[in-house]
Amino acid sequence: MKPPPFAYLRATNLEEALAALEEEGAEARVLAGGQSLLPLLNMRLARPRLLVDIMHIPGLAGLTREAGALVVGAAVRQAELEAWPALPRTLPLLARLLPHVAHWQIRSRGTVCGSIAHADPSAELPLALLALEGEVRLASRRGRRSVPAGAFFLGPLLTARRDEEMIEAVVFPLHRPGQGYAFTEVARREGDFALLALAAVATAEEVRLAIGGVEDRPRLLRLPPARASGFPAALAAALASLTPRGDHHAPASYRRAVLAALAPRIIAEAEACRA
Amino acid sequence: MPRLNAEDPVTVRFTLDGEAVSLTVTPRTLLSDALRHGLGVNAVHVGCEHGVCGACTITIDGAPARACLALAVQVEGAELRTARSLSPGGIPGPLPAAFARHFALQCGFCTPGLLVALDAWLRRHPQADEAALRAVIGGHLCRCTGYAPILAAALAARPAYARPEAVSDHPGREEGEESS
Repeated sequence: MKPPPFAYLRATNLEEALAALEEEGAEARVLAGGQSLLPLLNMRLARPRLLVDIMHIPGLAGLTREAGALVVGAAVRQAELEAWPALPRTLPLLARLLPHVAHWQIRSRGTVCGSIAHADPSAELPLALLALEGEVRLASRRGRRSVPAGAFFLGPLLTARRDEEMIEAVVFPLHRPGQGYAFTEVARREGDFALLALAAVATAEEVRLAIGGVEDRPRLLRLPPARASGFPAALAAALASLTPRGDHHAPASYRRAVLAALAPRIIAEAEACRA
Repeated sequence: MPRLNAEDPVTVRFTLDGEAVSLTVTPRTLLSDALRHGLGVNAVHVGCEHGVCGACTITIDGAPARACLALAVQVEGAELRTARSLSPGGIPGPLPAAFARHFALQCGFCTPGLLVALDAWLRRHPQADEAALRAVIGGHLCRCTGYAPILAAALAARPAYARPEAVSDHPGREEGEESS
């Protein structure tokens, strides 16, 4: 369980990293915190020719407020965001959800953007980005583009990031008055990968329910407001539209049953804490 | 550091338990292997080699880190601490001493990683409650003790962390502070 050989570049600026990604394309992998990439390398599930270490690029390590949103740079560790003093007040969903990401020992090294780039179907941070309707900012030598969360996660460990691009930052919209949030996940042990995870955002106009671990990527259901008369039928129809997967952790029937039981509870919780 | 080709030898310099060290590695050398085989550091144990068991936990610039999920080349210029630094001069500090008193180890394989993680947490949170300590312990696998004596030892050592002078001399970095 040792990694296969690869070249290593410690990029000192963004241009250097982007040039290397442009040149090597799919044969290069970005190394940030390494908490998702190193297990793949150690198990030889990935065999890149080059690792581009981005943790020493100036300007990527910041948490920046920008017009009602928080911009999280690519080098920001999960534990740093978790400890941000304004988090409970401005991003209550993340305050609820971050402690469920692996363990503190992993969050101390792993990055927010790295988890989103890795796009495990049951991961919490992609789920949060989807529920909050955030966006991913991508950079390449050809320029920059932003992809909304709803268009970013395409499949298991598969995203809209092109081979020559890296995530420069992700953007989480901040709390607006009248919104409520709830999160839960089901796992055999605290810190395990979630069998399923639910994040709900309740507003006056709608409920957004983000569902992780049920299909091969996180899914967002848009529903009427929780108190609307058509809500129960809309929720039932939306849940029925999903195709839960079965695997060696849990059969599809289990995920479907737990989803049906937890979704109304989580939505009620989000609705109740609207403020 | 120039771009390194695969299998190119490179010298990495860092601080380990307060001492300046240097080591020749290749890009794919895991930090866990570099410390154990390059520097003879037995305080790093390798269990699962994919970040789950926690036996290899050390601190890098004050923050806990799985040594098996770090490359040696990543720690150029960094400050590393292992469980050895909790017993300066071979004298057990409050946390290792509490582990001994409370039978918080049997085979000892998980122990160094747990010591480092609990010490790192208690430095930041000397008032840590049981739930928080359980969450930290949850990041480690122990097959011998059933975890209860480990929790008891952490709770017993907790008062010492409220008195900084009782704890061995290394700075715990505050969360939110940027790593190098």
